[in-house]
Amino acid sequence: MSTGVLQPAPEALVPEPFEVVRKRRDMADTWTLELEGGPFPFAPGQFTMLSAGGAGEVPISISGDPGRSEQLVHTVRAVGLATAAICAAEPGRKLGVRGPFGTAWPLADAEGADVVIAAGGIGLPPLRPAILALLSQRERYGRLVLLYGGRAPDQLMFPDELQAWREQGIEVHVTVDSAGPEWLGHVGVVTRLVRQAGIDPSSTVAMSCGPEIMMRFLVAALKEEGVPTDRIYVSMERNMQCAIGHCGHCQLGPTLVCRDGPVYRWSVLEPWLAIREL
Amino acid sequence: MRTVEQEIADSGLFAGLEPSQFEFIAGCARFERVDAGTLLLREGEHADEFFLIRHGAVALELHAPTGPLVIQTLGDGEVVGWSWLFAPYTWHMDGRAVEPCSLVSFDAACLRGKVEQDHELGYQLMTRFAANLIDRLQATRFQLIDVYGRAPAGA
Repeated sequence: MSTGVLQPAPEALVPEPFEVVRKRRDMADTWTLELEGGPFPFAPGQFTMLSAGGAGEVPISISGDPGRSEQLVHTVRAVGLATAAICAAEPGRKLGVRGPFGTAWPLADAEGADVVIAAGGIGLPPLRPAILALLSQRERYGRLVLLYGGRAPDQLMFPDELQAWREQGIEVHVTVDSAGPEWLGHVGVVTRLVRQAGIDPSSTVAMSCGPEIMMRFLVAALKEEGVPTDRIYVSMERNMQCAIGHCGHCQLGPTLVCRDGPVYRWSVLEPWLAIREL
Repeated sequence: MRTVEQEIADSGLFAGLEPSQFEFIAGCARFERVDAGTLLLREGEHADEFFLIRHGAVALELHAPTGPLVIQTLGDGEVVGWSWLFAPYTWHMDGRAVEPCSLVSFDAACLRGKVEQDHELGYQLMTRFAANLIDRLQATRFQLIDVYGRAPAGA
């Protein structure tokens, strides 16, 4: 199986103006922005370099529907100057977009298999395009299982969609790290959901996105269930700047995350993540 | 109709024990059904039984000044309660059924008495509960890391 390296078109190296047409607040510091600026085909898992004039440029995974190329959707958490400026952009404001860049989730290779999607916190948006693509071709896959962990019930992304996905045939398991008694769902770490999901390791392809330490623990739990590491894929985050494999800021071992990632097969990544200095 | 002994034999907690030991343990166990909201354990009270969840979910709660906090939810196949194993045999937190639960309930005093007679069984049980404790400890450490980062501004 391969995630494939998708080369950007030459014109994608220059920022294009995209207009914010809709904006939704997901959490106190997290917004979903819908942009329009021309057709923008992409593969689930890819990212763009997004900029608000004068505040810098940041890599942001695409969180929209790959079946709707007329619309570019990003979910952004305001954690620094550039992301705060992007989150502050109101409808009508133009943002700079380069891309799409990077590797994709292995949806074609997963056909016929059970697909386990494991997300933590703000790691759900980069997986949303994959979920929508899987649902659009539901009959091509076996079980679809979403394991999603968040800090608290009010910090879960896309709560309405979680319910809709459940109704569309995804087994959705949600857990939070802590909650009050009004929360009747699961409390505990996301890794504990792996065992409860009753995964068949012989026919499972897993895709995960979230904090790196969460993915490490999650992969350990998947391995414990018997899922081979060459069928576990993760989306990595590093200091991506040029996004075209030239500047080297996002180097991880022999790879560049902007070019060879962000979606990696765990078996490729594992030896390098074991080196603490990297 | 499954027997308590079959249920114990098929549980992950007791996997690998001898058939005679299943029978021995089953002598201290019975099936029980509880409604959502039932308090199975109450902090500070005597730990005179523990539970294996056949179906359902039980929330472990701690009482804070701001109200109860759910620390962990336990589901199918998981064990509820360790304090019955260690003196002074009092619960450290509440355990509340958050949905209707089908359980195997164990009489703790009965089982403690049996393992006093059969130290091999005691060792086997202790090994299994220790593995369970390690598993939960690891999960708790992971929870403490707060992997999802800082709280959103204004939260």
